[in-house]
This record gives sequence, structure tokens and C-alpha cells, in this order.
Amino acid sequence: MVSSDHTSRISADKRLTRPGLPDRVKLLYSIGPLLILFLGNTMEAFLAQLLNGLDKGGAYALIALGLTLVFGTLGVVNFAHGALFMLGCFCAVTFRYLITIETVTVDPTKLSPWGKPVEVRTPLVQDWLGDFGAFLVDYSVPVSILLAIPVMLAIGVAMERGLIKHFYRRTHAEQILVTFGLAIVLQEIVKSFFGANPIPQPIPGSLRGAADIGSWIGMAPNTLTYPWWRLVYLLFSLAVIGGVFAFLHFTTFGMVVRAGMADRETVGLLGIDIDRRFTIVFGLAAIVAGVAGAMYTPLLPPHYHIGMDFLVLSFVVVVVGGMGSLPGAVLAGFLLGILQSFASMTEVKSLIPGIDQVIIYLIAVVVLLTRPRGLMGRRGVMEN
Amino acid sequence: MSKSTISRRGVLKGAAGVAAFTGAPYIFSRTAWAEKYCNAPTGNTALFGFNVPQTGSYAEEGLDQLKGYQLAVKHINGEGDGGMLNTMKPRALKGNGILGKKVEYVTGDTQTNTDAARESARRMIERDKVIMVSGCVTSGVAIATQSLCQEKGIIYMAGLTHSNDTTGKDKRRYGFRHFFNAYQSGVAIAPFLAKEYGTDRRAYHLTADYTWGWTQEESIKNATEALGWETVATVRTPLGLGDYSQYLTPVLNSGADVLILNHYGHDMVNSLPQAVQFGLRDRVVNGKNFEIVVPMFSELMAVGAGEAVKGIIGTSNWHWALEDEATKAFTKSYGEEYGAPPSQSSHTGYVQAILYADAVERAGTFYPPEVIKALEGFEFDGMGNGPTLYRAEDHQCFKEVLVVKGNENPTSRFDVLNVIGKTSREEVTYDPNMFGGELGPYEPNQC
Repeated sequence: MVSSDHTSRISADKRLTRPGLPDRVKLLYSIGPLLILFLGNTMEAFLAQLLNGLDKGGAYALIALGLTLVFGTLGVVNFAHGALFMLGCFCAVTFRYLITIETVTVDPTKLSPWGKPVEVRTPLVQDWLGDFGAFLVDYSVPVSILLAIPVMLAIGVAMERGLIKHFYRRTHAEQILVTFGLAIVLQEIVKSFFGANPIPQPIPGSLRGAADIGSWIGMAPNTLTYPWWRLVYLLFSLAVIGGVFAFLHFTTFGMVVRAGMADRETVGLLGIDIDRRFTIVFGLAAIVAGVAGAMYTPLLPPHYHIGMDFLVLSFVVVVVGGMGSLPGAVLAGFLLGILQSFASMTEVKSLIPGIDQVIIYLIAVVVLLTRPRGLMGRRGVMEN
Repeated sequence: MSKSTISRRGVLKGAAGVAAFTGAPYIFSRTAWAEKYCNAPTGNTALFGFNVPQTGSYAEEGLDQLKGYQLAVKHINGEGDGGMLNTMKPRALKGNGILGKKVEYVTGDTQTNTDAARESARRMIERDKVIMVSGCVTSGVAIATQSLCQEKGIIYMAGLTHSNDTTGKDKRRYGFRHFFNAYQSGVAIAPFLAKEYGTDRRAYHLTADYTWGWTQEESIKNATEALGWETVATVRTPLGLGDYSQYLTPVLNSGADVLILNHYGHDMVNSLPQAVQFGLRDRVVNGKNFEIVVPMFSELMAVGAGEAVKGIIGTSNWHWALEDEATKAFTKSYGEEYGAPPSQSSHTGYVQAILYADAVERAGTFYPPEVIKALEGFEFDGMGNGPTLYRAEDHQCFKEVLVVKGNENPTSRFDVLNVIGKTSREEVTYDPNMFGGELGPYEPNQC
């Protein structure tokens, strides 16, 4: 007598080996057991890890978006993109520094442990603007975006006009060398001003702690919680990504840029100054990297080297997604974020120790072996 | 009868000459090895090498440790108010340098990286010709550097290193540690964890993936399981990781009601606030409030972690708010110099530099085997930790261990930790063979 389990396994095997079965269905069969493993744990753990993956993916996609945008339009491999992210972080640091400039008075009635009078510090902005000043100090990170946008636009345009444009017709290797050199120069400048140590940035008071997401969807209280600021960052990522796509698809400017991406010479022959538009696109990429950095500061205290830490990651996202493909970068960002998150689960790590630390690079290897142009890469890009 | 040609004066001259000739080796025997060891100080100065992380994950602790060394050099040379030289007992140093030589120093940046630390230490020994190397904020760096120093015949006074291996399986004759270790943290913290959180708990460990993290995890796991706690999971995290979210999410539904963070420096400054952001401390699991424990704590980390540190229990090597005269003297001296209270990192650096200098003064020579013998088994007091022994068998210091808790109501930005208890030297003393290892020979290699 054959058990029903055994029968179903045989029939599943038959279905798998049946000729003509679509690849996607085969894929579902292969990932099915993995999915059951996750669901078998607990639904809460699965949802929490999925949420974390989406959150990470949003950050990865946002960071990689500007990189792939520059490559898709200008054909430049910009190794200074991580430095733009870092400069965005330091826009938030600078903004907070400016609005927390303090008056220092000495209180002779209180003594320090080594016997000197204690200094009393009050932010000037709070003295001048009262409650609004206190609000600015509390919400310094999100408000710093207002500083980051013009500063990053100016940096992006200056970088493109001053350096990048001279390398449009050079090889990718030369572009990589010059932009990598620029990144090192920028980070050393930041190091000389801000020092080598990370500078923590606070989360606004009302967004500290965790949201009880489980209770929103009918689960018991406190079974599925997630930090408010990470949710804000996820929504912010989606908004920026959506904004960039809308800008490129629903405006005349975006239409011209996309036409230029497809055939730069023809667009030029129509009398359109495509170079000027591409300069603005570089500025736009700098803004996206900058605001991504500024909003990330409460999650990871920024330091001068943070850009290099994210550079490798963002290149992996772009390569997996397909060089120059915006939807590819977004898809790869979320895919890698979610897989990295699931790879960190104790159950997965007990099966494959250390998988959490290599999963992203493993996926990159697999994708490049099976789809050399990446998930959504175009024919002819980076193939000359 | 012939007249003798030997005069009384001639006999006396001859006797004096013979005595001088035969006695010379004995007169100069104390410095007879002057040419036989690496970087023997010449001239009027002795050069120390302070090798600390000035960049990387532990830069803040490293820079503070460097301040401790700089202050120690001032005090050894007789500058400033003398700090703990005034309270140290017994003390051979006279406040005029070491054996009449003024102490100078070079500094290096370990970059919180083992390879960079070894290269920096090698440069100090081979190029700068230092007679002693000191400093570190990670055990990986300490173990690598003391191994190099053993090869070179240069004494290494370790800085902030907490792994059992530093004076255990990786101990070296030329390496000495004043700082406490993970085993001692486990012994010290366990009774306080039982008192505060009970004996029926389920713990989840997140551990920095290197030698210190592994030994701390093992020591704390053993200590808490001895209390009756269950260990739900031990998860390793890469050193220097910024975003711990993917490791914190599984904690939420693991069934654990205590998270033990075996992280230090910026790792802890990132992981603890992120754990608090995840709402862990607001949760009730297994009918109990969820708790977070950081077994190894420092004031600098507490300042960096901000609000998140309130109410968190850990252990510490030393704290500036202790009431003994030595601590008061050091805190005053350091506060006047740098405008902030000293950290345990700067304290251990300061003490190590003074202890080495004093050992040279007692030995009467810089010859390393004699200095090592002067340090081995040295019993001293008045350095902020009460009566302390530098145990000869493993070069580990034995002294009280502090249990600290994040201050719920700080009165200043420095007032972040409260000392809630002390575990006696006897309680944290263990068998020197417990963690294995061999010290190796006294005789130095030629450089």
C-alpha cells in the first residue's frame, strides 16, 4: 500500500518532469518547499521578515536608482555615487549643527567632578523661535531635505560640468578611475571637516518606538511591530522612486530624456539640447542619492566612509537589475533586500551557516550566470 | 744585599689594577645585557608606542585611550599634578621619567583592523625603535599584536581587550592585560541578573563575530544557564555592521524575553538603539517585561547610545564616579586636561603605561625578561580598582569587577551609568589553566 503523501510526491515529481511545463511553474514548484519552511515557522515571523525585506529593499532601490539613472542616460559608470549618498548624509549633519548652535553660560552653583563650574547650553534657534525652534531641532532630519535638495543639485551639476562631461567618450575603465578618485577626494574633505567618527542623528520624538502593525490587520497586540522611522523611510523610498518614474514618463522633459537615452544623435538633430538635459539628470541623480542619505542618518550614524560602504551594494543592485534599467534597479533592490532579510532567519542560518553574509553576492553570481544582462538589462549595454 | 725594587706604592697600584680588572664585570653586570635586546634605549629618552584605533568602529574608545597614555607620560615625566602616581602603592617611579630617562612616544592607528594594527606595531618597533607597545580596543588586535611583540622581544601592555583568549589560549610571555575579561563579566553580572530579572528567563544572543564576541557569548551563556535561564538562540553578526534590522526582526517572535547584545563600541551604539526602536523593551513576553542586557559596557558607548541605555545592565572595568582616592585623583587630573571625565578605556591605558614604567624602575633595567619578572605576581593598590594582582601564570590582572546600569535620570551628559554593585576579586578569580595556552620563553629574540 502506498501512502497518500508518497502518491502526491510522485505526482508532483511527474508534473515537474512533464515536458512543456512553463519555466515559471517549474520555478514555483522549486521555491514552494522554501515558502512552506518560512510559513511553517510562524506567520508573524514571516511577515516581520518580509516587512524588513521591503524596508531594506526600498533603501537599496533608492540608493541604486540614481546610479542606474546616470548610467542609462550619460553612459557613465559613476563610482562617486556612494560619495553623493555620503554628502547627503552630511547635509543632515550640517543642518542639525546649524540649528543647534548654542549659547554657553556658566552656572557657578554647579560643579563638574573635577571642580569647575558646569556649562549650560541652550540652542539659539529655540531662543529665537520658541516652539517652532524646538520643532526644527526635533525634526532636523526630515527638514534637512530642504537643504539637501539645492545643495545636491548644485554639487551634481558642478560635478557633471566640471569633470564627468570630459569623460563621456572615454572608456568605462577611465570613467571608473576618475570617479573613484573623486569619491576619495570628497570623503577626505568631509573627514577633515567632520572627523572620522560617526555622528548620530536623532529620530523625531513622535516617530521613535515601534508601530503595532499586527493590530492594524487584526492580530493580537504586539505580535507584529516595526519601527516607525523605518516605515517612514520605506514610504519615502516609494514616494521618491514613484516621483522619478512619473517625472520621466509624464513630463515633456522626461520624454526628451528617454528619447535621448534611446537615440541621442537623433534627438540632437531635432534641435534639442540633450546635453543640458542630461546635466540636469545628473543633478537629479545627485538629489536622489542625497535625500536617500539624509533620511538614512537616524538609522545609521553617518561617517566619511559610509558612501564606500554603500557603493558596492548599489553596484550589485544595478548589475542584478540590469545596467541602465530603472525598473530593474527597483526590482533588484527589493529582491535583494527581501532575500537578505530571510537569509538572516535563524532557521535558514541553521541550514546554511553564514548565508546571511553572502546571499547578496551569491544572488549576483547566479543572476550573472543565468542572465548576463541582469534581470531587466537591455541588449547592447556595457557589451562593447 | 740587594735592595728590593718593589715599593709599597707599586704594590698598592698593582693590587688596585688587578681588583679593577677582575671586578669590572661585576660592577657593570646590571647593564651587561644592554646590547643584547631589541631597541635598548640610548641617550636620555625612552620611546613608547601607543597603537590605538583612531578610525573605524572603535575609534572613539581608541582616541580616549590615547588621551590616557598621553596623561600617563606627563605624570611619569613629572609634569602635571601626578594623578594616580600620588596614590599608587608600592611605587618605584620618582616623577623624573624612567631610570632618569624622559619618556617620549609615537602613536599609530590600528584602524580597528587586525592587519593594520600589526603593521602599525611593526613600524613602531622596526622604524621608530620603541621599547614598549601598548593599546587596542579589540581582542583580535590585542592577540595579533602581542604575538608580534613576542616574536620581536618587545613588551606589549594590552589596552581594552575583553576576550578570554588574550590571557588564555593566546597568552604570551611578552603580553600583559590590566583589563578584565568575559569570564569575569559573566561571574560578576549573573547574581544581578537573577536579582533584577529572576531565574526563569529565555535569552537570545546577538554576538559580534570575532574572538571577543565568541568568548563573551560563551561566558555569559554559561553564567546565565547556571542561573536557570534557557538560551533560545545565539546569532553571530559581522563586526562593523551598521543596520541590525534583519537580525533584530527574528528576535520578535523567537519566544525569548531577554536580548543579550554581545556588541561593543559602535556596534553596540548601533544595535542597542535599533533594538529599542523595534519596540523590544515595550514588549511583554512569557508574562514578563522584555529586557536587554549589554554584558560589557562603557561610558562612551552609553553616551553614543543616548536614551536607549537607560536601565540597561552591564559590567565595567572601572568608572570615574567611584569614591576611592585614586579614582578621584585621576578624574580630577584628566578632567582638567581634557574637560570630560575619563572612560574605562583611557583608565586602562593610563594604568598600563604607569605599571610598565614602574616595573622598569623596580627592575633597574629596560631588559625585557627582568621587566616581565617585575610585573609577574606584582601586587599593587591605589590605581582605582582596589588591591590588584598581576598574576604570573597568565599575565591577567585580578581585581574587583563593577556591575553598572544605565542611569534613568542623568544630571549631566557624563552621568550616564550608575555603579550598582561590585564583585570581589576572589569571586572573579579562576584557575590559570582554565583557558589553556602557553606563555612561552623569557629570552627575547634578536631584532
